[in-house]
Parts: sequence; structure tokens; C-alpha cells
Amino acid sequence: MEPIHTHISRQYNAELEDIRAKVLQMGGLVEQQIDQAITALVTANISLGESVVIDDTKVNKLEVTIDEECNQIIARRQPAAGDLRLVVAVIKTITDLERIGDEAERIARMAVRLAPEPRPKNNYAEIHGLGTQVRQMLHDALDAFARLDVEAAVRIAREDRKIDERYESVMRQMITFMMEDPRTITRALNVIWAARSLERIGDHAINICEYVIYLVRGKDVRHTSLEQVEKEILGRPLGE
Amino acid sequence: MMNLSQDVAVDTGAMSKIQVRDLNFYYGKYHALKDINLSIAANKVTAFIGPSGCGKSTLLRTFNRMYELYPDQRATGDILLDGENVLSPRADVYRLRARVGMVFQKPTPFPMTIYENIAYGVQLYEKLRRSDMDDRVEWALQQAALWDEVKGKLKQSGMSLSGGQQQRLCIARAIAVKPEVVLLDEPASALDPISTLKIEELIYELKRNYTIVIVTHNMQQAARVSDFTAFMYLGDLIEFGDTNAIFTNPSNKQTEDYITGRYG
Repeated sequence: MEPIHTHISRQYNAELEDIRAKVLQMGGLVEQQIDQAITALVTANISLGESVVIDDTKVNKLEVTIDEECNQIIARRQPAAGDLRLVVAVIKTITDLERIGDEAERIARMAVRLAPEPRPKNNYAEIHGLGTQVRQMLHDALDAFARLDVEAAVRIAREDRKIDERYESVMRQMITFMMEDPRTITRALNVIWAARSLERIGDHAINICEYVIYLVRGKDVRHTSLEQVEKEILGRPLGE
Repeated sequence: MMNLSQDVAVDTGAMSKIQVRDLNFYYGKYHALKDINLSIAANKVTAFIGPSGCGKSTLLRTFNRMYELYPDQRATGDILLDGENVLSPRADVYRLRARVGMVFQKPTPFPMTIYENIAYGVQLYEKLRRSDMDDRVEWALQQAALWDEVKGKLKQSGMSLSGGQQQRLCIARAIAVKPEVVLLDEPASALDPISTLKIEELIYELKRNYTIVIVTHNMQQAARVSDFTAFMYLGDLIEFGDTNAIFTNPSNKQTEDYITGRYG
């Protein structure tokens, strides 16, 4: 798909550019939320955790604003083809971004609650590791959205498998801890909740990648196996 | 531009009523249609869209040889109506125009009563008894969703109706001779939005019994009423396919530019 700058109606152009820019702004904000939530947990920083909670209202407001603008465009412009797919992809993307914000907020609230408690020896290294990976994945997904990069979108979707594996391994580790020593149960449960939130963020990032593919190619690849997507979208398995 | 016509002669997946093969059309020396290939599905609505001068009305007018009313216009290639070539010199144009009716952009009621507007065309093709003709007039007006509005004033002039009613009268007139195909050339462009919606609703109803081909400048209208859409540009058929696909994911860049309102 061509970048949006050739509309006869310049106002229409500006409106489409605006929703796109706002999605990226919202994405940036959400990325920062994840980053700060994890840092707050790892460094026991209460004020940082609280600021994530406050920032979530900004994310929510942006979602509502973008939603309204999309509704206006549909009502006034009756977008078609690539423009229609952009508006639809934006509406869906911001829903996922908002949910990512909620997950980050959940981790931040936990960070605030756990800050006064004794720290585990490894300082929540599992969460730090998984969080860094997930955050990078979201960053790449938003980058693919900004650049309308289908290949990148497919590649990122593959990344999610690594995140799922890491999440599984954290789960197994925590279960082992809990069985060995019941005194670790509270801490292990907290780690599990946080890991679960991060794993979900990964899933939302995948959704965004799917919207990028829909936006650029007009193909709906939801509920399609990764191998099938690679075959259909790239015409080959990735890495060949 | 490359000749894409061969590539876009897609299978509509429905029984075809009209098949256009290698159609070329000339206004004197001007080459207005270039190697057009497509098929019009039976009992479906096919829309032709494209900028002014792209040849969409020209193409429509070849289907009932309307162009023959003007000098220096000629067509080559085949247009098969149920397998019969309507462009053949042996084809009966008179009968062709009974089978393929047409409605124009501006409502063109004859300066006579509503009743006579309908009966006039029927008389040319059939000798009906008065009571049968009454039935036919009512039937045509019913089909055109106009009966309830005019049943009490059939003796009034067709010109006394509103623009939207006049256009439905013209559709009734076209239907009265029981055609198989109805060609609509910008049928709603001179009408207000409510009358336009009534015409669109009518088109939806009519496709049960007729094959409809519509030329429209209004892309949203094409999106609303048609099953298949053909996009034309400078005499070429650029893209032809399922309307859903054309309006959500056209495969040709020029089609995309046109329907989204970009510079070509």
C-alpha cells in the first residue's frame, strides 16, 4: 500500500494521517508504561509504579479520541479500499493498545504493593527478562504498523513463540519453588500474575501484527496458523 | 497502458447473461473502448464505474445497440446475449431493444398520461386487449414501486410527477415490455437522496427477475447496489470483480486510487 499523501481532498489526507500518528503516540505511551511497570517492580519504586497507574488515564483518553475520529471519518468520508482498511485496523489496534495499558497498570499496582515487602534474591529477574522481550515485541509491532511492513509483522508473530516458551518455563519454575517450599507461594504467585500479564501483552502485539497484514494486504489472517500465514503472505516459510 | 482486458475477464461464478468478447468501439476515429472482455451475470447487478469519458456509458449503450442512432459510431467484436451475437448485422435490433431495456440519467417521461407512458411502448410489441393492457400497466407500476403513489391519477400527465417518481415511471416503462436485461445509465444522479434510495431499493427488488447493468458516478451507490463492479479508465477495463473485493481490497492500483479519491 502507498503511503497516504495523494488524496484529492487534503483535509481527508490530514484526517487519516492524524489517526495514524495518534495510534503511534498511544503506542509509545503504552510501551513506556510497560517499561516503567517492570522497572517499578524490579527496583521497588513506588512513585514510578503510581505514575504508570496515572498514565493509564492518558492512554484511555487517547483511545476514546481516536475512536471518535475514526467514527467521524466513516460517517463523513465513507472510506473505501486501503483507507477503509486503515480505519478498521486503527479501531482494532487501539483496543489492543488499551488492553496492553491495563496489563501494564496491573503490574504497576503489584509493584506498588510489593515494594515494602522483602525482595526475592533474584529481584524478579524472570519478570525483567520476559518484560524486556515483550516490550521489544510491541515496539517492533508498532514499527511494522508505522512502516506498513508485512514481512516484519510476520517475523514478530513468530517471536511470540519464544515468549510463550519463556512464559511456560517461568511457570514451571514457580510451580517447582512452591512445591519445594510453601513459604515461596506468595512470591511465586505474584511472579505468575505478572508473567501472565506480560504473556497477554505479547498476544495483543500479535493482534497488532495481524492488523498490519490486513491493512497492507487486505487479508484477514486471524485464527490462521503461523505456517499458513507465512505461506500466504510471504509466499514461503520465514527463514528460507 | 497495457491491455489488461484479457486478465480481468473474471469468472463471476454465476450464469452469464451477456458475454462481451474483444469489444472495440469507435466514435469516428476515436477509439473509445479497447478490447473489452467481461461477462454480465444473470439476475445480478453489475455496476460500471470510472471517471468521465472512460467509456462506461459507451459500453452500456453497445448492449442494445443504442449507438446506432448516431452516425460514425461503430463496434467490433462480439456481444453475446444468451449466446446470440447482438452485434451481428442479422440481429433484430427491434427485438433486441425489447429484450434489453434502458433508463437514462434524466427522467424522460413522454408528454402524455401516466397510463399512456407505460402503454405506449407495450403497444409497439404486443397487441393487448384493453383489460390486459390495464393489468400490464398496473403490473409495471407495481414492479417499479410507483403504483401506490399514482393509482388514483393514471390520467394525469407523466410530467406532473416529481423527479424521483418520473424516474420510476421510466423504469416501469422499460419493464412493461418485459425485458430480460435492464440498463440503467446514471439513473439516480438527478434525484434527491430519498428518491435515490427508492431507486436503489427497486434495483435490489428487480434483480430477482432481471439482469441489471448500471452506470454510476456515485461510487457509494455502486458499492450499495451491485454484486459485481467493473472499473474502466480511458477505454480500458481495468478491474472487474466481486463488489465486496473491489471496495475493500482492489487488486489494481488505479482502481484503488479512483475509489479512494486519489490522483491517478
